[in-house]
Amino acid sequence: MSIAELLSILPQTLLEGLLLGFVYAMVALGYTMVYGVLGLINFAHSEIFMIGAVTGIEVFRYLGNGGNPYLILLLAFIVAAAVSGTVAVLVERLAYRPLRRRGSKNVLVPLITAIGVSFLLQDLVRAIEALWHNEFNLQYPSYDTFNYDVLSKLGSPLGLTLAVKGLIVILVSILMLAGLNYLVNRTKLGKAIRAVAQDMSTAGLMGINPDVIISRTFLIGGSLAGVAGVLFGLVYTNVTPYSGFQPGIKAFTAAVLGGIGNIPGAVAGGLVLGELETLGGTYLGFLTGGNFGSEYAQVLAFLILILILLFRPQGLFGQNVSEKV
Amino acid sequence: MKKLAILATGVLALSLASAQTVIKIASVSPLSGPQSVLGESIKLGAQLAIEEAQPRFKAMGFDLQFAPQDDQATPDVGVAVARRIVNDPDLLGVVGHLNSGVAIPASEVYKDTNLVMVSPANTNPRITDRGYLNVNRVCGRDDVQGPVGAEYAVKTLKKTRLFVIHDKTAYGQGLAEAFANRAKELGATVVSFVGTEEASNFQPLILQMRAQKPDLVYYGGIYDKGGVLIKQMRERGLAMPVMGGDGLDSSELVKIAGKAVIGTLYTTTSGPIDTLPKAAAFAKNYKAKFGKDSEAYGAYAYDATNVILAGLEAAIKANGGKKPTREEVAKAVRQVKLDGITGRIEFDDKGDRKLSDYYVIYMKTDSYPGVVQKIIQFAPPKKG
Repeated sequence: MSIAELLSILPQTLLEGLLLGFVYAMVALGYTMVYGVLGLINFAHSEIFMIGAVTGIEVFRYLGNGGNPYLILLLAFIVAAAVSGTVAVLVERLAYRPLRRRGSKNVLVPLITAIGVSFLLQDLVRAIEALWHNEFNLQYPSYDTFNYDVLSKLGSPLGLTLAVKGLIVILVSILMLAGLNYLVNRTKLGKAIRAVAQDMSTAGLMGINPDVIISRTFLIGGSLAGVAGVLFGLVYTNVTPYSGFQPGIKAFTAAVLGGIGNIPGAVAGGLVLGELETLGGTYLGFLTGGNFGSEYAQVLAFLILILILLFRPQGLFGQNVSEKV
Repeated sequence: MKKLAILATGVLALSLASAQTVIKIASVSPLSGPQSVLGESIKLGAQLAIEEAQPRFKAMGFDLQFAPQDDQATPDVGVAVARRIVNDPDLLGVVGHLNSGVAIPASEVYKDTNLVMVSPANTNPRITDRGYLNVNRVCGRDDVQGPVGAEYAVKTLKKTRLFVIHDKTAYGQGLAEAFANRAKELGATVVSFVGTEEASNFQPLILQMRAQKPDLVYYGGIYDKGGVLIKQMRERGLAMPVMGGDGLDSSELVKIAGKAVIGTLYTTTSGPIDTLPKAAAFAKNYKAKFGKDSEAYGAYAYDATNVILAGLEAAIKANGGKKPTREEVAKAVRQVKLDGITGRIEFDDKGDRKLSDYYVIYMKTDSYPGVVQKIIQFAPPKKG
C-alpha cells in the first residue's frame, strides 16, 4: 500500500468514524445522565438502545410496504423513542426505586440489579421476537432512497461518499443533542434535574420531587437511546436481541472518557471513541504490515483510552463532582 | 365389560412390546435458537429413516425407537446431552451434531463407551483426524472445501486479488486459511487476511477494500455475520463478488442480505436436494410427512441414520440375532457399504467418506438455494 492510497481513504474513514461516534454519543448521554442524578451505572441502558432498534424494525415491518420512507422513518423514531423511554421508566420504577427506598448505601446492589435487568430484557426481546415472528436476525429494509449518495451531486469532494442515511444520522443526532442541551440548561425541568444531580435531599427541600425528576431523566435518556437504536439499525442494518451489548459497552466507555456525569463530555467521548475505533480498524492492518489486523482495533481504542484516563482520570470534560449533569 | 376389554388389549399390547428388545437411536442437533432451522432438518431426516426401518427391526424382534435431543448449538449443552445419552444402555447410535464446535467435545464423551456417531454436517478436519473408532461423517471436510473454493475463484473466475476475512472461530479461520493457501499456490494475491468478531459494523473492512480494490472477497464464517457484510458492501457501492463456505449455506443468508445476496458464491458439502441422485423419493416423503421442504442437512441426516441402521443390522446378525454391544456396532458401521441418496457411502479408516461431493453454488437470484455451478468429488487428504 502506497501512502497516497492510504491517504485516499482517510476522509471517508473519518466520516464513518463520525457516524459511529454520533450513535455512541447518543447512547452515552443516557449513561451519563443517570449517573449524574443517581450515581448509578445503568447497565440495562444498552438493552434500552436495542429495544429502540427492534421497535424501529417492527414499525418498518408493518408500514414498510409502500408509503413515503421518510415518513415511516419519522414514525419509527417517534415510536422507538416512546417505547424505549417507557421501558427505561418502568425499569427504574420496578427495579431501582424499590432498592433506593430500602435506603441501601451499597452501590454494588443497584449495579448488579442493572446487569440482571440487562439479561432479562435481552431474553425477553428474544422470546417476544421468537414467538411473534420466529426470527432472530432482524433486518432494516434497504431503501434506495436512503442509500443515495448525496455527495455525488457535488462531485464527491475528496472522494467522499455520504448516503442519505448517513446524513440522517448526523442531522438527527445534532438535533437531539441541541434539544437536550436546551432542555437541561434552559427549562425548569432541566434546572430540577441539575438540582437533583447536585444534591437530592436539598432539592427535595426546595419543593422538587426527586422521584419524579429521576423518572423523567430515565425517560429522556431512554428516548435518546431509542432514537439512537433506530439510527444504528438504519446504518448497520442487522439487529439481534443481543446487539445492544457491544455498542452499550462502547457508549459507557465514551461516557467515562468524556467525564461521567458531564453531558458535553459524553458527546465528545462518543465521537473520539467512534473515530479511534474506525481509524484503528481501517489502518491497523496496513500500518503493522498485516501482523495486527482489524481484530485489534478494540485493543488499540482501549489502550488509547487508558492512556487518556491515566493523565486525566476525571475524563476529558469532567472537572469536579458538583458540575455533573 | 368394554372397559375391561380395552384394558386387556392394553395389557396385551404392553406385554407384546416389552417382549421385544428396545434399541434407541438419538439425533442431536440444535432444536431451539437461531440455528434451529438446520437442526430440525437433521432431526426430521433421521426420524424418516428410522420410521422406515421400524418394520424391518420388528421382524428381527427389536423395538426400534427414536430419541431426538437438543444441543442448542452450544458446546456445554452438547456435552451434557452426550453424558445423558451414554447412560442409556438401550441407545446404540447417534446422528449429529450440526456444529463442529459442539461435536468435538461431545464425541469425546461418546468415545468412552464407543457409542457410534455419524455426523451429517460437521466439516472441521479434527472430527475424524482424531482417529476414533466410533466417529464418522457423511459430509466433506473444510480442508478440501476451502481449496475447492480457491480453485473455482482463481481458475474458473480468473480472480487475482483476494480479500480474505474470517470470524475468528475454529471453523471460519480454518476454512479461510485453507482457501488462502490454495489460492496463493495457484498464483493469486491475497491482498489482506483479517479476522473480526464484529457482527454489525463492517465499515473498517469496507474502507480497506476501497483502498486495496480486491476482485473477490472471501468470508470464512456463518451466514449471520456474512449476510450483514454482503449487505453493507453493496449499500456502500462495492460490487465485487463474495465467496464463502457452507456456513453461508442457509435460507437465512438470503433473509439477511436480501437482494444484495445476488452474485454471492459458496462452497458446500451438502448439495441442494434436487441435485442429489435418488433423493426425489426422500424429498417427497419428507414434504408429505412434515409439511415443509428439507433444508441443507436433511438428506445427509437420512443417510447417516441409514448407515447406523445398516451397521446395527450387520452387528445383530453377527451376534446371532441378539442385541450387540456399542463397540460391535461401531466396528460394523465403519464397514458399511451403502448406496445412499447422497451417493455411494464407504468409510476410510478414519471415518471419512472415501469420496465426498463438494458443490460450488452461485446465488443467481435472491432465493435459496442458489444454482449449482460445479460438483467435484474428492477423497479426504492423505496426511493429517
